[in-house]
Amino acid sequence: MNLPVSAETIMLFAAVILVLGIIGVIIRKNIIFMLLSVEIMLNAAGLAFIVAGAKWAQPDGQIMFIFILAMAAAEVSIGLALILQVYHQHKSLNINNLREMNG
Amino acid sequence: MSNLIWLIPAFPLLGFLILFLFGMNLQKTIIAIIGAGSICLSAIITLLIGFNFLSNPPENHVITQTLWTWFEIGNFKPQISFLLDPLSLVFIFVITFIGALIHIYSAGFMADDKDYSRFFASMNLFVFSMLMLVLADNLLLLYLGWEGVGLCSYLLIGFWYENPQNGYAARKAFIMTRVGDTAMAIALFLIFYQFGTLLIPEILNNAQQIFQSGDQKITLIAFLLLAGGIGKSAQIPLQNWLPDAMAGPSPVSALIHAATMVTAGVYLIARMHVLFELAPLAQMTVAIIGAATLLIAGFSAFTQYDIKRVLAYSTISQIGYMFLALGLGAWTAAIFHFMIHAFFKALLFLAAGAIIESLHHEHNMFKMGGLKNKMPVIFWTFLIASGSLAALPLVSSGFYSKDLILWYAWSADKGNPPLYFVALLGAFLTAAYTCRMMLVTFWGDSKTEISHMPGKLMTIPLLVLAFFSLFAGFIELPHNFGHLTLFSDFLNPVLPETVLGNESKPEWIFQLFAAVATFAGIYLSYLLYYQNKKIISRFKQSAIANGVYQLWFSGWGFDSLYNAVFVKPFTYLSHINKNDFIDKIYSGISGFTVKLYRSLSYTQNGSIRWYALGILVGAIIILTLQIVL
Amino acid sequence: MILIWLIGILMFGGLLAWLIGRWNRAFPRWISLYTVSAGFLAVISFWIDHYPFAFRSNNWLEQFHTEWIPIFGISFHLAIDGLSLLMLSLTFFLGILAVLTSWTDVKYQVGFYHFNLLWILAGICGVFMAMDLFLFYFFWEIMLIPMYFLIGIWGSENRVYAAYKFFIFTQASGLIMFLAILGLYFIHGQNNGSYTFNYFELIGTYIPAKIQTILMFGFMIAFVVKLPIVPFHSWLPDAHSEAPTAGSLILAGLLLKTGAYGILRFVIPLFPMAAKEYGPLFMLLGVVGIIYGAVLAYSQSDLKRLVAYTSVSHMGFVMLGIFAFNTLAFQGVIMQLLTHAVSTGALFILAGMIKERIHTRNLDQMGGLWTKMPRMGAMAMIFAMASLGLPGLGNFIAEFLILLGAFKANIWLTVVATLGLIFSAVYSLRIMKRVFLGSKINHQKIKDLNWREMTIMGSLAILIIWLGFFPQVIFKTAEVSINKLQYYLSVKKMDKTPQTSSLKTKHETISIKKKPIKNVRK
Repeated sequence: MNLPVSAETIMLFAAVILVLGIIGVIIRKNIIFMLLSVEIMLNAAGLAFIVAGAKWAQPDGQIMFIFILAMAAAEVSIGLALILQVYHQHKSLNINNLREMNG
Repeated sequence: MSNLIWLIPAFPLLGFLILFLFGMNLQKTIIAIIGAGSICLSAIITLLIGFNFLSNPPENHVITQTLWTWFEIGNFKPQISFLLDPLSLVFIFVITFIGALIHIYSAGFMADDKDYSRFFASMNLFVFSMLMLVLADNLLLLYLGWEGVGLCSYLLIGFWYENPQNGYAARKAFIMTRVGDTAMAIALFLIFYQFGTLLIPEILNNAQQIFQSGDQKITLIAFLLLAGGIGKSAQIPLQNWLPDAMAGPSPVSALIHAATMVTAGVYLIARMHVLFELAPLAQMTVAIIGAATLLIAGFSAFTQYDIKRVLAYSTISQIGYMFLALGLGAWTAAIFHFMIHAFFKALLFLAAGAIIESLHHEHNMFKMGGLKNKMPVIFWTFLIASGSLAALPLVSSGFYSKDLILWYAWSADKGNPPLYFVALLGAFLTAAYTCRMMLVTFWGDSKTEISHMPGKLMTIPLLVLAFFSLFAGFIELPHNFGHLTLFSDFLNPVLPETVLGNESKPEWIFQLFAAVATFAGIYLSYLLYYQNKKIISRFKQSAIANGVYQLWFSGWGFDSLYNAVFVKPFTYLSHINKNDFIDKIYSGISGFTVKLYRSLSYTQNGSIRWYALGILVGAIIILTLQIVL
Repeated sequence: MILIWLIGILMFGGLLAWLIGRWNRAFPRWISLYTVSAGFLAVISFWIDHYPFAFRSNNWLEQFHTEWIPIFGISFHLAIDGLSLLMLSLTFFLGILAVLTSWTDVKYQVGFYHFNLLWILAGICGVFMAMDLFLFYFFWEIMLIPMYFLIGIWGSENRVYAAYKFFIFTQASGLIMFLAILGLYFIHGQNNGSYTFNYFELIGTYIPAKIQTILMFGFMIAFVVKLPIVPFHSWLPDAHSEAPTAGSLILAGLLLKTGAYGILRFVIPLFPMAAKEYGPLFMLLGVVGIIYGAVLAYSQSDLKRLVAYTSVSHMGFVMLGIFAFNTLAFQGVIMQLLTHAVSTGALFILAGMIKERIHTRNLDQMGGLWTKMPRMGAMAMIFAMASLGLPGLGNFIAEFLILLGAFKANIWLTVVATLGLIFSAVYSLRIMKRVFLGSKINHQKIKDLNWREMTIMGSLAILIIWLGFFPQVIFKTAEVSINKLQYYLSVKKMDKTPQTSSLKTKHETISIKKKPIKNVRK
């Protein structure tokens, strides 16, 4: 199967997105942005699956992507609900202030 | 008649039980009747059995009575059973007869004490244990009595427990004798595995078949038994508990620490004489220990000022004579001296007790003085007993018993001149300190007021004992005049005759020497303490004499030696480890765990970013490993 | 059937006491008193019925067997012989005393307290009867947890620490034992094809020497911690000193005995070769325990701690005796288990009574108590003498036999152990001296023992004297159990020749005459 772009390029692209997501998770202060960054990472993973599926002409990659999609939806809804609660409790979304759960 | 043996210890036991259980609710007269009465009953039965024994001696001169089997495991089957032979008969006679007199005396002596019933209960228990000791037909039962008398000695030394000093003295006595007891326990183990039994007659009968003379094992057994005897009989090196034991009431000192318990060692060695004869080394040690003890205690006695301590050291010294006799193989002489000693030493203690009681509990004899005319009964009885102790020639029974030992020290097979001269020196010292005690206590000026005179309950036992101190010696007269051997003939079925050496000198020479030693001792004290008191004060000025005096006074420093070598290191070790260093190891482990979790919990800082970084780093490490490997 | 009843009545009584304790404080006491007394009477009458004839045959006196989890080969199998019977009698006897001593001692949560007390007893009974290793472990844990509560809730100031320490020591060692049990289970399964926890079948298992050693140490660690033997003893002083009086009594009198019982019942029959090989080591540990415990006891200023260290010393004798492997020593050990329970239990009760009166356990604040409490003083004297091994009291017989037996096995160790007799005199007399003798410290209004306390102390005193003069009943009762031990030791000795080492091949297991399970009553 011929792709317009080579699989390696797209994989590299997915890796870049993943790294961007990781950087986002680590450097952002606001939880919402951190959540967004996590989503970006998920999408990077999804992209990688799709490409891999396309490369070997297997449906598994797309199945996995749909799975990730569903999971991301669930995760975002729960995550946002939690963020809402956190905001109610602490009147802040700054991650540096939210570190009560320490040992 | 013979099946009544069990009654002899049963009465004191019964008396003890009654007093122990109900003593607190009884009147003093009833307590005294139960306490003294039980021993009197025992004494009567002993006399009956004794007469029976003498008039028609049983086969082999042994009566045994078995009450029940104590326990039975395999071939180890100790029984609660009694063995009555001439040796134990002498001992039970002394124990019950003198015991009864002392109990009667105590009824008067302790009349004002609030713990009247406790006193009699303990005394009865003591008599019971002592009877078990001498009547036992196996060593385990003997050990029961052996430890039992130790307990009673502890209880009675510490009888006036409110004074901490008495408690210490009691504890010291118990623990020091326990050291000997432990050695004896090991001896029992050895005997059991060598002989397969602890039954005394079997051991004695089989010893010669199993062992050759001087065998290592039998020597070891004999030494261990000797150690037991040393502990109980206050011989070197376990002698220094006895002077402190004088903290107990005087009747206790008379009964336990003069007449009976402290001679248990003599009994043990005499009882096991076959083993000692098979172990010449051990037997020689017995003689040497006896000789050393009699000398050392004699010197100490000469320097004491507490009248009871003088008597205590004198007891140690006299038991030294008995040990010497045992070591010489003069078995009957040792037992004879034991009996005579029991009479006069009990009398001395009782009389001293009466004096102390009358003089407001004054123990220091230099504060007594001038009692000769004020307390005539005490004076005369004390004089008779002192004469016996000093072995006044011909008139005192002490002379006959001690002269026998002195003579054997030279002429017995195992005797030798050094032992003889030590014994002779001991006789000189005995006379000296006895005379000193008499002079200081009864002559001179009165220094303390007499509060009250002893009553009849107290004086009658004194008179009876005085009679025996005077005349008991005549049942065994020296070979050169009279040659009466009632006592040794009586004992000979149990104890062999002494083997005499080859060279024999006329006996009268030794008697002369002994007499000279006695009179020299008396004269020395007369000189120092009556005629010319300045000599002593002059002595005290010289440093050497003073040092020697202090050494003798402190009983040759054994106390401080043991303190430094055993007591201090033990308490020190015990106290530095009070909190148990092993526990520290465990608390160390738990402390380490706590530290570890504390340091790990720092990573749990609550920052999501930190965790995310952690995941990242972890992932990278794993990936790198994957790639690299 | 009586066996299951013994456990059942205790468990049921405990639950009942707990429930009723919610409404009334006095009832739980009576309930537990009746429960334990009923059990005691049952055991004693059983004993009297069977004495002495049943104790001469090799059969087990009584069995109870039913499936529990058959798929794993676990059964509910109880059986008793003379040894178990002695231990059971002791359990119920001390149980009664424990209830009586806590009569006024326990002031809050009375119902739950008695629940715990009775369940500990139930667990101990189970341990003494279980003939299935899984069941044994089950009861081993049952007696542990209520004890944890007993110390942790009704103890004195430092109770929580002590309770944790007790729990961790015994639990950790118990788990190691469980691993060893599983090891044995699998080895037996691989050898014979049948997986079972049944004691009688496991006894016959052939175990290669190396594995035998490992498994034995797995068992030993649990028993040695329980016993306790230096250096695993350090939970004991804390647990004893912080526990309530009845707790100390049960700890000293019964829990420690389960360790010795375990060695006698399991270690020696299951691993005779390994036990023989390491016997001298354990004897040495015993001797170290004797001396170490005695020396430490001397320096303690807390009365209960002092008595606790004397326990360490006395249990050293047990260890010494067990691994001497001869009849005299075994009989002495069993005697020592009984007499130590009585004498040390009595000393703990005394410490409790003193604490109830003058509110301290510190020896420095005592002294001269004899003047005010002569009865207590006399009782204390008896038990101090018992603890130093005075002839005429049971402890002497025990210690003498142990030393006599051990002397045959190892002379020098025994000589050192005999020195323990001197040290025991030192610490016992120190108790008397510091507490009762000396001049009186002014304590207002302290009363001598009352009738309840006299009953407790009197019964203990009579028992210890009785054991001292008529120990034959005990020896006869235990005789068959000891003969069996000797049998196991001798059989395996003969088959010491190495067999093929692979585990998977079926071995001819050493043919031990399996006792036919007669009298299985359901």
